[in-house]
Amino acid sequence: MHPNLGTEILRVMQKRTVVKILLIFILVFNATNLFAKEAEKEGNGDLKSKIEAFKDHHLKDSHDFTFFSDEAANKHYGFPLPIILWDNGLKVFSSSKFHHGETVAEVDGNYYKLYHAKIYKTDAEGTITYDEHHHATNTKPLDFSITKNVVSMLLIAILMFFMFRGLAKSYKKNNGIPTGLGRFLEPLVLFVRDEIAIPNIGEKKYKRYMSFLLTVFFFVWFLNLLGMTPLAPNVTGNIAVTFGLALLTFLITNFTANKNYWGHIFWMPGVPTFMKVVLAPIELLGVFIKPFSLMIRLYANMTAGHVVLMSIIGMMFLFKSWIGSPLSFGLAFALSILELLVAALQAYIFTMLSALYFGMASEEAHH
Amino acid sequence: MIKLIEDFSFGLFFWQMLLFVGLLLILRKFAWKPILGAVNDREEGIKNALESAEAARKEMQNLQADNERILNEARAERDGMLKEARQLKENMIADAKAEAQAEADKIVAQAQATIESEKKAAIADLKNQVAGISVEIAEKVVRKELANKDKQLELVESMLGDVTLN
Repeated sequence: MHPNLGTEILRVMQKRTVVKILLIFILVFNATNLFAKEAEKEGNGDLKSKIEAFKDHHLKDSHDFTFFSDEAANKHYGFPLPIILWDNGLKVFSSSKFHHGETVAEVDGNYYKLYHAKIYKTDAEGTITYDEHHHATNTKPLDFSITKNVVSMLLIAILMFFMFRGLAKSYKKNNGIPTGLGRFLEPLVLFVRDEIAIPNIGEKKYKRYMSFLLTVFFFVWFLNLLGMTPLAPNVTGNIAVTFGLALLTFLITNFTANKNYWGHIFWMPGVPTFMKVVLAPIELLGVFIKPFSLMIRLYANMTAGHVVLMSIIGMMFLFKSWIGSPLSFGLAFALSILELLVAALQAYIFTMLSALYFGMASEEAHH
Repeated sequence: MIKLIEDFSFGLFFWQMLLFVGLLLILRKFAWKPILGAVNDREEGIKNALESAEAARKEMQNLQADNERILNEARAERDGMLKEARQLKENMIADAKAEAQAEADKIVAQAQATIESEKKAAIADLKNQVAGISVEIAEKVVRKELANKDKQLELVESMLGDVTLN
């Protein structure tokens, strides 16, 4: 045996820990970097509203992929994304035409303006009219743009395909035992099967729901994690995305529901007739409330996480003191770790509750 | 709530559904089915291997029990055979003894009977011989006595004297 093997291993391990810590620091610092550029020029009073605006902007979907902006030079680093509009015909153009909302884009004689992450149809000057609640009254064309969130989802979808295709292939190559990344993924797949699907749906029927449960678990988890990177697209904190996921749970629940399930909703067995009549509308409401709660829970948790984390990071620049800023940094650091947990937890809860609803829908009468 | 509805982007919803359902279908075909199938096969394999090991163990136990039983049976049979043989031997000896005894008794009895009859014959013969000899002796004695006339008369006299006339 090599005499220095022990110290060698120790050194490599130390190096790895250092790399990990560095990575986490970079994640936090990169996010803070976004503010730093803005903070340089402005005074404290204006900074507050700036952070507020940035936060607001970040939480929303975006029509371009901006990594960071240099406000002093009025430069944005990133890449534009395709805009696809349906406005009496398909209009496709690059989001660079908007110049980050500063200019009006002219396509086929129509003028469009980007205002608060939404595209409005305007005149050549880009005038936006408001009602008494300060809401824009311009017409909004149907927007099928490939936004930042769509790109993020596409990225995760491709990543998931290669990860799990790799896992599936490694079984064949290695005689039924996964290799490489599959060693990490297989226990997670088994976790979804053994801890989520089977206990909630039952040994007999869980198989037909597995594809959805696995896809939704990893999709939500990976998107949550992507939201923790400095790119920080707030995909799972977008109501349209969570609505889509919850809608699928709702559809699968009701299309796979058996007689027993509907019986429990419209004509609850084992209670007096009067109660049956009272319970039916309540139970029917529950059919919609269950997926609705799924939608709101994921949206609210992820949005809240992003808001709190960004507020605390923003506080570093507001305090500008030797005590406040490191304190905020420490808090942001601790919260980032908590958010990593929340990312997995919310994916688990979404999957678990979906499985629970599927289990209710496919449960056999037992009395 | 109004803000939520305002924030809702139909385009994003459309792409999300398209992407997610597409991903679901693709992964189902290329990942979930092969993965769950492989894991299931592996688990089945392990279960089967354990079951067959258990079955083999039970069979081994049965075999051992069988062996034990057969051995015991053989042992019992051997013991029985030995006992039977011993019994047979004893019986044979006893029988032989009894037969020999009977034979011996018979021979002795016969011998005794023969001796008895021989003795009787001998006695009878002896009696006859004694009688003959006695008569002979008597004859000779009488002849000698009666050789002279006087003696013959004396005898007749003594004999007549013995015969009492009634």
